[in-house]
Amino acid sequence: MLTLERVGKTYGNGVHALEAVNFSVGPGEIVAIVGGSGCGKSTLLRAICGLDTPSQGRVLLDGETVTQPHEKIGIIFQEPRLLPWLTVAGNVGFGLEDRPKPERDARVAEALTRVGLSDKARMWPRELSGGQAQRVAIARALVPRPEVLLLDEPFSALDAFTRVDLQDHLLGLWADRRPTLILVTHDVDEAVVLADRIMVMRPRPGRIFDTVETDLPRPRDRQSSDFDRVRRHVMAALDRSLKPAVKSDANEGAALWW
Amino acid sequence: MSAAIEPAAQPKRNDAKRAKSVLSRYSSPALGLFLPLVLALGWELAVRAGFSNGRLVPPPSVIYATFAELAKTGELQRHAAATLARVVSGFGIGVIAGTVLGAITGYSTLVRRFIDPSLQALRAIPSIAWVPLFILWLGIFEASKVTLIAVGVFFPVYLGVMGAVTSVDRKIVEVGRAFRLSGFNMVRRILLPAVLPAYVIALRSGLGLGWMFVVAAEFMGASEGLGFLLVDGQQLGKPAQIVAAIVAFAVIGKITDWLIVGIAAPFLRWEDRFKSQASQD
Ligand SMILES: Nc1ncnc2c1ncn2[C@@H]1O[C@H](COP(=O)(O)OP(=O)(O)OP(=O)(O)O)[C@@H](O)[C@H]1O
Ligand SMILES: [Mg+2]
Repeated sequence: MLTLERVGKTYGNGVHALEAVNFSVGPGEIVAIVGGSGCGKSTLLRAICGLDTPSQGRVLLDGETVTQPHEKIGIIFQEPRLLPWLTVAGNVGFGLEDRPKPERDARVAEALTRVGLSDKARMWPRELSGGQAQRVAIARALVPRPEVLLLDEPFSALDAFTRVDLQDHLLGLWADRRPTLILVTHDVDEAVVLADRIMVMRPRPGRIFDTVETDLPRPRDRQSSDFDRVRRHVMAALDRSLKPAVKSDANEGAALWW
Repeated sequence: MSAAIEPAAQPKRNDAKRAKSVLSRYSSPALGLFLPLVLALGWELAVRAGFSNGRLVPPPSVIYATFAELAKTGELQRHAAATLARVVSGFGIGVIAGTVLGAITGYSTLVRRFIDPSLQALRAIPSIAWVPLFILWLGIFEASKVTLIAVGVFFPVYLGVMGAVTSVDRKIVEVGRAFRLSGFNMVRRILLPAVLPAYVIALRSGLGLGWMFVVAAEFMGASEGLGFLLVDGQQLGKPAQIVAAIVAFAVIGKITDWLIVGIAAPFLRWEDRFKSQASQD
C-alpha cells in the first residue's frame, strides 16, 4: 500500500509546485494522473519515488517513509534514458547487478521476451527505434520486480499505433505480477484504457482536483459507450480543473466581466 | 517481372558493394600516400640526374641509409628510448594531475570556482615560457624536462575531464539514482563510462602536446634523445640525421597514439558517431 500524506513541494526558486496531496493506492491498482502542463505531475512522481524529497508531508510504502529511491519503487521516464554504453540486455539487467549471473541472465531473457525484443538483446541502444527503446526501458524497470511502478508520460513521444501497442504490452506485463502502477499521461484515452482510477490535478499549486473511478471490465473496448462516458467525464473534470485558475487572476477576471 | 529479377540481382549488388568497400578501405590510405611518394621519388630522381646535389635536402635513399646506420649502431634506439622515457613519465604525471583535478573541479562547483580561474590563467601562459624557471628550480637534467612535458599534457587533460564531468547528462545520472547507485558505484557504472569518449580525446591531445614539448625540452640541452639528434644534426650540418630523427618522431608518436586508441576501442564500441555510421555503409 502506497500512501501520500499531505505531500507538498516548494522548489528552491519559490515555485509552489504541490500542495497537500493525499491519496493511497492499493497493491495491484492502476492509477492515472492527468492534468494541464506544469500542474506538478512530474513533481509528484519524483516525490513518490524519492528522487526529490517533498517539502511537506511524507510518502509511505507499507508504512515505511520513502526518503530516497527505494528498491520496491521503479520509475519509467518520458524518454527511454537507456545507457548508451550497455547493450539492450545490459540495460535491462542494470538493476540486477548484485544477483548471480545465471539468475540475472534468465530474468533479462524473460523480460526481453515479454516485451518482444529477445532478438535485440545484443544490440546497442542507438540501433533501436523509439518504441523499441521505450520497451527496453519498461523491461529495465520491471526486471527488479518493483511493487510500485511509476510512469511519467511514458508513451507521449510515440506515434498513435505504437502507443496503443505499448499500452497493451504494459497491461500484459502488469498482469504477470500485478504491481501498483501510477501513470502520468496527457492522453485521456490512455488513462481510461489503463486505469482503475483517474486523478485530475489542478495547477498552481498542484493538487488533486477530482477523482474518477473508471469501473470498466478488462480488456476495454475503446469503442464502447461506457468507455466514451468515462472519457467525457474525465474531459469535463479536466476542463473545470483549468478554469478556476484563469478566473483567480484578477486582471483576467476583470476582462471577462467587461 | 521485377520481382523475378530481384533475387538474382541481389547477390550481385552485394558483391559489388563488398568489392567497393574493400576498395575504399585500401584505396583511401593509398590515395593519401600518393603525393608524398611521388614527391620523394621525384626528388630522388632529380638528385640522381644531377639537377641538385641534395646536400641540404637529402634524397630518400640517403635518409634511409642514415636511418639504417643509426639503427645499426644502436644510436637510434638509445635516443628514441631516452625521448620515450621522458614522454611517458611526463605524460603519466600530467595525466594523473589533470584527471584528478579535472574530476574534482567538474564534480564540485565550489572547488571549480576556487581553482579553475587560477588554472585558466596559468594556461594562458605559453608553456615554453616556464623553461628558464624550471631550469632554475629543477636543474638542467631530467626533472625540468619531465616537468615541462607534464605541464603540456596537464592542460588538455584537465580541460577535457572537467568538461566531460560537467556535461554528463543529468537524466542519465538520475537513472543511476533511481537504481539506488551512489558514491563509488555511481562513478563506476554511470560517470566513468559517460566521460570515457571525451577522456580518450583528452588523452590523445595531451599526448600530442607531450611529443611537442619533449622536443622543446630536449632543445634546452640534452646529451641524448631524438631532440638531441636534431640539434646535433644542425650543429654538425647533417640534414639527413635531422630528417631521420623527424621520421622517428612521427613513427613513435603515431604508434603511441594508436596504443591509446587501440586500448580504448573495445570500451567505445557503443559510440553513436557519424563517422562509424558512415563507414559501415
Ligand atoms: N527543478 C525545478 N526547479 C524549479 N521549479 C520547477 C522544477 N521542476 C518543475 N518546476 C516547476 O514546478 C511546476 C510543476 O512542474 P512539473 O514538471 O511537475 O509539471 P508537469 O505537471 O509534469 O508538467 P508537464 O505535463 O508539462 O510535464 C512548474 O511550474 C515548473 O515550472
Ligand atoms: Mg512532466
